[in-house]
Amino acid sequence: MATNPMHQFEVHRIGPSLSISGVDVSFTNSSLFMLISSILIITFFMIGTRKVNIVPDKIQLLNEIVFNFITKMISDTAGPKAKPYFPFILTIFLFILTLNMIGLLPYAFTVTSQIIITFFLAVVIFIGVTIVGFAKNGIGFLKIFAPSGVPIFLFPIIVAIEIISFLSRPISLSVRLFANMLAGHTMLKVFGGFVVSLGIVGGWLPLSFSVALTALEILVAFLQAYVFAVLSCIYLNDALNMHH
Amino acid sequence: MELEAAKMIGAGLAAIALAGVGVGMGTIFGSYLSAAIRNPSAAQKQFPTLLLGFALTEAIGLFALVIALLILFAF
Repeated sequence: MATNPMHQFEVHRIGPSLSISGVDVSFTNSSLFMLISSILIITFFMIGTRKVNIVPDKIQLLNEIVFNFITKMISDTAGPKAKPYFPFILTIFLFILTLNMIGLLPYAFTVTSQIIITFFLAVVIFIGVTIVGFAKNGIGFLKIFAPSGVPIFLFPIIVAIEIISFLSRPISLSVRLFANMLAGHTMLKVFGGFVVSLGIVGGWLPLSFSVALTALEILVAFLQAYVFAVLSCIYLNDALNMHH
Repeated sequence: MELEAAKMIGAGLAAIALAGVGVGMGTIFGSYLSAAIRNPSAAQKQFPTLLLGFALTEAIGLFALVIALLILFAF
């Protein structure tokens, strides 16, 4: 186990094997960590808003910081029209942030290092944004593929490029998060392996690297959740405020 | 050529993408630093944008890693 840095990404079943019409729905370590993170988020806000004061106590202050952070991010990137989508963006951000952070603990499983999880999240955002775009702008949402001020002979090429770039959004959004988590955790485990194999004589060098890398990974875990949320806001901005 | 050898060469070639990422990283931090030295009072406000750019650029390098892993293990 200590030798293979990819061992940490294995999904395995906890408890009995369940299947509904041929689809395996058993409880896995992935489901367990998603459950833990959801419970953590819910308890955090339950404790914070248990009795709301004008002068907040510590937990309520933390809740307000998170709220203000996301509110400011949404209004900066998508404008006031995106205010109704605040709960969605907040949920996405907190869910990914907790999953990333929990994954950094030893022996924990990183749910966001599974491409199917991040791809599902990205596809939900992609389909949601497309529906919002068509609901708000009608058929005029198709103008997103046709930027204004393009010379007529370039028009077909630009439209093709815009369509490809629109369709590749869920892929780039999901692969970004997945690859960051996969690479970071593999690197941490590889350096951990160096500490073991070099022993007490030379092990302190990779150990100090490992400490520095953990700090970098905490930054990356936060940044990737932030980037995911910001890009969702930018896509929402495209759907809500059409300038073309 | 043997398939295994071709896979190794392909995965190695995928690492060329890191050159672009290096240039991008350098540009981001270099531009931020020169702008921050010219106008230090505006630097704090642009720090989140710097981190956003850093994360987006870093992701490009990791796309190369994903491609290398795909070449090595998926085909």
